[in-house]
Amino acid sequence: MRIGVVTFPGSLDDGDAARAARIAGAEAVRLWHGDPDLQGVDAVVLPGGFSYGDYLRCGAIARFAPVMESIIDAARGGLPVLGICNGFQVLCEAHLLPGALTRNQHLHFRNRDQWLKVEATNTAWTNRFTAGQEILIPVKNGEGCFVADARTLDQLEAEGRVVARYIRGNPNGSQRDIAGITNEAGNVVGIMPHPEHAVEALTGPSLDGLGFFTSVLRNLAADGQLAGGQK
Amino acid sequence: MARVVVDVMLKPEILDPQGQAVANALPRLGVTDVTSVRIGRRIEIDFAGEPDLDRAREIADKLLANPVIEDFEIRLVETAAAEVA
Repeated sequence: MRIGVVTFPGSLDDGDAARAARIAGAEAVRLWHGDPDLQGVDAVVLPGGFSYGDYLRCGAIARFAPVMESIIDAARGGLPVLGICNGFQVLCEAHLLPGALTRNQHLHFRNRDQWLKVEATNTAWTNRFTAGQEILIPVKNGEGCFVADARTLDQLEAEGRVVARYIRGNPNGSQRDIAGITNEAGNVVGIMPHPEHAVEALTGPSLDGLGFFTSVLRNLAADGQLAGGQK
Repeated sequence: MARVVVDVMLKPEILDPQGQAVANALPRLGVTDVTSVRIGRRIEIDFAGEPDLDRAREIADKLLANPVIEDFEIRLVETAAAEVA
């Protein structure tokens, strides 16, 4: 099972995302922003950081990277894609997910361990969780305030596409405490906090983040898409 | 010579915390009659030949502004040739 992790100029958490994929039992494949070749990976993680220096808007320029053109096509065809923090911003800019991430309401960068409640557990990235499960993973962002028009928010809730909400305090002012969402098909997930930083006791506040990575492995196995299965 | 100027502003219903922070600082300048400050972005585009407003609109719609949260306006501004060069 091969999970691709993209590196853009300014990506920070690509190393941790690749490490989380390995800890979960996958082979991590590093993908480069300027190369449209996805190297036959079974899933893709867009990591956190400040792609292209956050110039113009977070994720706005990364969306046009050669690797993104391939990822956008593949995601529409069902490839599991997880966008974390800056990766979530890139997915919104690429119109793979609705809404936008804007400056934190209080203007401060927030960096802390954050409790979330998982809601949608039928996605490619959250099937190892139980609905309503409370998890603790780090959040660290300056522009993590999720906004969308009321109709879109209502639709996300009605269709069960809110993946996780902030509990015990909203760190950035996100509407309806939304921390993560999924697309209609459930293969594309964007989440503002960082599951890849909560995969082992030495460096994280919990092991709760690992569930995102083991979920996609189960999803791929269930789909019979075991591209790396013989290895 | 003409230059295309694109003004990008957050939609009115989107909270602008930067603008609010500026508005909250104004009383320290002795300004007390301002009710709202909103901050946007001005982008100047120079074409190699004649300015192409349709192309500029496409650039603004696809890249310069995010239509989910922002509106934009496009206009031509006359500039001195020396300034463009």
